[in-house]
Amino acid sequence: MNGAALGEVSKKGEERMAAPRPMYGRGRAKVQKGLVYAAAALTFAALLFLICYILLKGIPNLKPSLFAWTYTSDNVSMVPAMITTVEMTALALLIAVPFGLFTAVYLNEYARRGNKLVNLIRITTETLSGIPSIVYGLFGMLFFVTYLHWGYSLLAGAMTLAIMILPLVMRTAEEALMAVPDTFREGSFGLGAGRLRTVFRIVLPSAMPGILSGVILGIGRIVGETAALIFTAGTMARVPSLLQSGRTLAIHMYVLSGEGLHMNEAYATAVVLLAVVLLMNALSAFIARKLTKK
Amino acid sequence: MHGVFFVCALASILAVALICVFLFANGLPAMKEIGVFDFLTGTKWKPGNDIYGILPMILGSIYITAGAIVVGVPIGLLTAVFMAFYCPKRLYGFLKPCTELLAGIPSIVYGFFGVIVIVPAIRQAAAFFGADVSGSSILAASILLGIMILPTIIGVSEAALRAVPAAYYEGAVAMGATHERAIFSVMLPAARSGVLAAVVLGIGRAIGETMAVIMVAGNQPRLTGNMLEGIRTMTANIVIEMGYASGLHREALIATGVVLFVFILLINLAFSALKRRKDT
Repeated sequence: MNGAALGEVSKKGEERMAAPRPMYGRGRAKVQKGLVYAAAALTFAALLFLICYILLKGIPNLKPSLFAWTYTSDNVSMVPAMITTVEMTALALLIAVPFGLFTAVYLNEYARRGNKLVNLIRITTETLSGIPSIVYGLFGMLFFVTYLHWGYSLLAGAMTLAIMILPLVMRTAEEALMAVPDTFREGSFGLGAGRLRTVFRIVLPSAMPGILSGVILGIGRIVGETAALIFTAGTMARVPSLLQSGRTLAIHMYVLSGEGLHMNEAYATAVVLLAVVLLMNALSAFIARKLTKK
Repeated sequence: MHGVFFVCALASILAVALICVFLFANGLPAMKEIGVFDFLTGTKWKPGNDIYGILPMILGSIYITAGAIVVGVPIGLLTAVFMAFYCPKRLYGFLKPCTELLAGIPSIVYGFFGVIVIVPAIRQAAAFFGADVSGSSILAASILLGIMILPTIIGVSEAALRAVPAAYYEGAVAMGATHERAIFSVMLPAARSGVLAAVVLGIGRAIGETMAVIMVAGNQPRLTGNMLEGIRTMTANIVIEMGYASGLHREALIATGVVLFVFILLINLAFSALKRRKDT
């Protein structure tokens, strides 16, 4: 009761204050407030519409025959593409994670502040994160495919993707390392551990959730990538060995929707892709939340 | 082990150096052979006749990026204001991951969505007014890219708005300003350089986007300012023709990539300059 009375008083007060200011009146504030809410509604409605539309249209097209072991021109099965995606992801992470993680360790635990080289590393990493995937694709084609004579291959694609997600892995790892309190390190040093031992036994384990959530975001980017892979990994629909061409799910979807003959199958692939990305984002958010709770 | 960490840290430097060297070494000779001026300002792209002018593609990228900014920045900025000043805390815990999800959706899925929803919608809307167009157009690409850059705009400008000291807001309200006035007259101007950085980053995303644009932009290499006509971007030019190109044609496509790369480097430079200004 008391609260309601207070609210009434303050409301009256606001009205009294607002009256002599015609220049910036209630109307304008209302319009601004309306615009803010409308924009937010539009943003999230677009997201919701996109996801629901693809799911509703795609799920009825998820036929069992699409999960046959082999791809034929009659039955454009997505299983080879799924396996290729897993291989590609594993390979790219195998390369990118150690480099990204160790760079973060170097920057945060070893390098001195204000070191010229550290600045250069930061600038180049920032540059890398701004380069669009098609430029990575071109570079991968020129360097891995042509110059190193790997041809269109799983390895060339994975190397290209590894460079692409390096800045992401590095930045999230560095943030996670920075979040580890210095008292942990001091405690470890105080007990006689060296720098290396401190890094591996104390700092990295405590930063693990943050590092992991970055890696998972990286997986999401690899799974969804197309432009960087068309001219590095190629578009062959089979399960490739290291130096053979193969297509990931995203490329599979691009080829299907480009041909125009298999739109239903493209819908189904979109559902699978979207599901993977949703899962990865949820996982990453879950791990990150666990981190902040601690 | 110190050495191992150090060597790994050099990887990003090596990567940038390799990318620069290989792109420029493969792209510049073609530019020289065609003539830098002819290449950049030529209005005709006819690989069959050895005529390589990428002005239509440069303008195509610029038009579509500008369209994406017109669509995405107002909505994104206002959404950022919502996230920072209006959103209830519990709802925020749900909506924030949603904006990240928006960033995580693959561009191929966006492109597909554009093909099956935005393009037909434009075709039907135009038919309603008596125009007969395919729907694959500058407009379709602008709308789609406008949605795709939303997470970038929202994320960076929200961070900028949150970095403004709360005392600014409190001061404004204490002087009798409404919530809206405090935000729009005090907080937003104070976050100006951060918002500008968000726009620049959005431009970088939009100009580099490839697959989604290819699927909805129509891809005709021509000079046009008509929003309902198709156009080709630099990124699309590379992907569409690289598969079968050879000789000078192939090198001209790589040179297109070099031009794109230079655009991106300039945008990156502008971004870090803005960020530095914000820091000091």
